[in-house]
Amino acid sequence: MSCFEAKKKVVKAKIVENTEIAKDIYKIVLRAKEVTNGAKAGQFVNVYLNNKSLLLPRPISICELEGDNITLVYGVVGQGTKELSSYTEGEEIKLSSANGNGFNLEDMDCVLSDNKDKVVLLVAGGIGVPPMLELAKTIRKKEDDEYKRNRIRLIAVIGFREEPFLQRELQNYCDKVYIATDNGSVGFHGNVVKLIEKEDIQIDYCYSCGPKVMLKALTNYCIEEKIQNKQKVIPLQVSMEERMGCGYGACVGCICKIKEKDIENNCEKIVLKKVCKDGPVFFGNEVVFDE
Amino acid sequence: MSKLDLKVNLCGVKLENPITTASGTFSARESGAYYDINELGAVITKGVASVPWDGNPTPRIAETYGGMINAVGLQNPGIDYFIKEEIPYLKNFNTKIIVNVAGRTIEEYCSVAEKLNDTDIDMMEINISCPNVKEGGIGFGTSTDMAAKVTKGVRAVSKKPIIIKLTPNVTDITEIAKAVESEGADCVSLINTLLGMKIDVNRKRPVVCNKMGGFSGPAIKPVAVRMVYQVRKAVNIPIIGLGGIMTGEDVVEFIMAGADAVSVGTAALINPTAPVDILKELKIYMEKHGFKTIREIREAFCE
Repeated sequence: MSCFEAKKKVVKAKIVENTEIAKDIYKIVLRAKEVTNGAKAGQFVNVYLNNKSLLLPRPISICELEGDNITLVYGVVGQGTKELSSYTEGEEIKLSSANGNGFNLEDMDCVLSDNKDKVVLLVAGGIGVPPMLELAKTIRKKEDDEYKRNRIRLIAVIGFREEPFLQRELQNYCDKVYIATDNGSVGFHGNVVKLIEKEDIQIDYCYSCGPKVMLKALTNYCIEEKIQNKQKVIPLQVSMEERMGCGYGACVGCICKIKEKDIENNCEKIVLKKVCKDGPVFFGNEVVFDE
Repeated sequence: MSKLDLKVNLCGVKLENPITTASGTFSARESGAYYDINELGAVITKGVASVPWDGNPTPRIAETYGGMINAVGLQNPGIDYFIKEEIPYLKNFNTKIIVNVAGRTIEEYCSVAEKLNDTDIDMMEINISCPNVKEGGIGFGTSTDMAAKVTKGVRAVSKKPIIIKLTPNVTDITEIAKAVESEGADCVSLINTLLGMKIDVNRKRPVVCNKMGGFSGPAIKPVAVRMVYQVRKAVNIPIIGLGGIMTGEDVVEFIMAGADAVSVGTAALINPTAPVDILKELKIYMEKHGFKTIREIREAFCE
């Protein structure tokens, strides 16, 4: 087999910025041309720590791509992310090429094909919010380039435990940003699905990223309930999170259950897919959320 | 630069170099996205069983100090799919193919071995040491009697050389090694993972869903080197040494302890290009010490 194909890489990247933007939430900007080239919203990179006792890479979703710079926003949740938060401007860390499939934008095209204005909803919770920024940017750019005929009303509904982040950045691209917090300190007191219901947002297409419970509730709202009430199902994409080993598809540590059509036997079967390689983005109607 | 000869011979199968991929840490399409598979001495595939296995629920992975725990549980698509889809893909590369075989019963191991007889693979590695499955796996590997029975059964039906993969979770690994050698094992590979556990003290529960899992990585290397050393003194068949290899010098350590070839596992999960990086480092070590062959490394070891 040819050994001249472009190989994926792990490269050294210089830290341009690494600052705390909310409690235990950090924004790191890295200069890595080889990584930003061809990367897209919804993909993630593996961040390798300099401390050799912390072996495994930390998979972190892409928050923003700007020229040679890649921005990641991560939560300090354990030893590894704590170590990452201690790195300062000018230091170097290792970074993988962008991994995973990213959000599917072509699928959205079909609901936008008529000449009417459409509502595209971005729903995210906690550390699931960062990938929505690059997605919002991408959708706006696509709208300028391709959808001259009809306008997308881009709405974000983002939920947090207490302190919101990236809301201002999202406002630059979204027509409206709704905020929910678990403790009610900012915005709506409750979860994002309840907020969508309360505001009665009419959704034509939905993208989401966040904890499994949120994705499950949202899938239920966009799909199951609509089927039960004989209403039109809302097309939904979910970006799944799972504890990963290698982060590139070799170890099969991160799997999720996906419904697939068995064409031979004309029925539906459940297959195991790798979140890191086949995902992290799946269609809401194909994910099997365990109880 | 003088010419190095890294060839090694594993019971008649000639490898271009001693670097192989440890089972469960290599996937041709994914690993091949990072490096040229042709550079490897051999690839050892993920375990494959007679029928598809779903493996364990998630989380399957935990990081520990200098190591990791996995409880994947041998998720695999079954031998029929493997023969149809995986082997032809692996045949695109100029390297040796070693298929890792999993089973819950002796009959299951044998049925996979029989199906592999008519394929174009080089060897098979019989996994009697996986700590992550309820039946089979480690249950065979921790009993001399059962290890011998599996070896005898597979040896009787297999037309390919067989490697028996040994578990370190035993009192005396040399007893198991001798038992499988006497029943016709062509080669042994050691060590599989150590049984380990990690508890999340904040959530107050085990990190992996299966509670316990296979502990691997640089933290286990001294145990692996010691066991290769002991087994080398106990049997006359070739040994594939593995357990925590991270660098070219780690490879040298295993060769000095008695390994004929080595497998790189966890290192490849941490750094996707580890197998070929380690090969480069091995060459640098050989240059530095004036070794021209792998055999010379082994012979230089003085006790």
